[in-house]
Amino acid sequence: MSAAPDVLSSRAGFSPSRLGAMVLRYLYLLRSSWPRALELLYWPAIQMVLWGFTSQFLMTNSSYVSRAGGVLLAAVMLWDVMFRGQLGVSISFLEELWSRNLGHLFVSPLRPYEWVLSLLTMSLVRVMIGVVPAALLAIPLYHYSIFTLGLPLIAFFVLLLVMGWGLGLVIGALLLRHGLGAESLAWLAVFLLAPASAVYYPVSVLPVWLQYVAWTLPAAHVFEGMRAVMFEGRFPLDHFLAAAALDAVYLVVGTAIFLIAFRQARERGALLQMGE
Amino acid sequence: MSHPVIEVAAVTKRFGETLAVDAVGFAVPRGVTAALLGGNGAGKTTTLSMLLGLLLPTAGHIRIFGEDMLRHRYRVLPRMNFSSPYVDLPHRLTVRENLTVYGRLYGLAHLAARIESLTRDLQIAEFLDRQTGKLSAGQKTRVALAKALINEPELLLLDEPTASLDPDTGDWVRGYLETYQRRSGATILLASHNMNEVERLCSEVMMMRKGRIVDRGSPRELIDRYGRDTLEQVFLDIARAGERFDPREAAQ
Repeated sequence: MSAAPDVLSSRAGFSPSRLGAMVLRYLYLLRSSWPRALELLYWPAIQMVLWGFTSQFLMTNSSYVSRAGGVLLAAVMLWDVMFRGQLGVSISFLEELWSRNLGHLFVSPLRPYEWVLSLLTMSLVRVMIGVVPAALLAIPLYHYSIFTLGLPLIAFFVLLLVMGWGLGLVIGALLLRHGLGAESLAWLAVFLLAPASAVYYPVSVLPVWLQYVAWTLPAAHVFEGMRAVMFEGRFPLDHFLAAAALDAVYLVVGTAIFLIAFRQARERGALLQMGE
Repeated sequence: MSHPVIEVAAVTKRFGETLAVDAVGFAVPRGVTAALLGGNGAGKTTTLSMLLGLLLPTAGHIRIFGEDMLRHRYRVLPRMNFSSPYVDLPHRLTVRENLTVYGRLYGLAHLAARIESLTRDLQIAEFLDRQTGKLSAGQKTRVALAKALINEPELLLLDEPTASLDPDTGDWVRGYLETYQRRSGATILLASHNMNEVERLCSEVMMMRKGRIVDRGSPRELIDRYGRDTLEQVFLDIARAGERFDPREAAQ
């Protein structure tokens, strides 16, 4: 028999060690399957190639795009930040359902909010793996570098990532409520918001009623801001502040809904039963 | 006077109209191996889930190590652990990776040495770098046991610890649990419908039927009370009794 183990910290509140353990768990999983890692690279690259050629065509045929080369490419890549951000949360969450592991996780000292933080951390990792190579690939292929956006790019990246996190947490809550029957939401939900997010066109193109909806989405403010930077060379502080405020609401509401769903799952006994 | 490790008072769990656990109450003293014994649907796993905090009771109180499990769960969880054949470890992670993740979740120092000694004890060291999903049922059970013992728990909750194992492996697991209990002085509560296992491991048995504890005692006391030769016969008496089951009548 082995000797009793030393415990570094068992009673403290938040534990970076437990957060690290969960991030490690998802990194192990990512490392264990090259198709999963490839999938992270695949869609951003494909999207970038598809829209790159489209924008090349439009640049010679459209005064809109020719005013700021790369606007469609930048939009594609930034949209992918939000999509990957949401998917990064949802897929790590789904991994636990697929492996029927929730019962073990939540008899350990892991707090639900530490789990949420590990999901968000892995979302960032997944986004970086997916989007950065696509952005670099655009440079030799189309002579366009999204990094020319400069500091605003960091703001756009963070704002879209946080919106993706908020959506990912709400989808996680729906998965906790409905189980794997709601799995397809992880892949589809964000596209419902694409038209109103005004990714490839100004918000003013939308019908008036949909414009009201658009202004409740951080993404619409981000893409308006992106166009302002690219077309007018100015950083629109009003859109930035609106997006940041909306993001805060999305993240707080998303986290609250997730934690409520988690408690309800404990009332129903779903943590032990969830799986394929 | 020290508290019992587990104190359960009038715990009830309803799922809609279904009464899964009905005002159950029991206590398990420190260092005892006890069992919840009953047929399918008797409420054993539901009771274990409430003890673990995975399931919230509709009514009643649960204290573990003297702490209210509903209010101070995180004070208690580092001192306990759990294993069940119905809750998997991630299949695509290797044994070492799974144990590393759980060791870190429990905040263990010297984790590599802990994993090495534990896997040596459980005879799974040779599988450390194999994916957990590619192991046999017996190997998986030992890996699950390694996860359950990674933090050297003072309280170990086991749901059907030898389900689906061949007799040889089942016997090995029971032997290991006996040795662990003797060495560590841990308290063990297991849910089972394996009578041999319960007779061999447990000094206290709570017989469950339709969400209630209908009788309790040591295996020998129960066998004598019902005038039977084995615990299995006692189990069958209780399981096959009519709706108005009365343990006193059944025991006469």
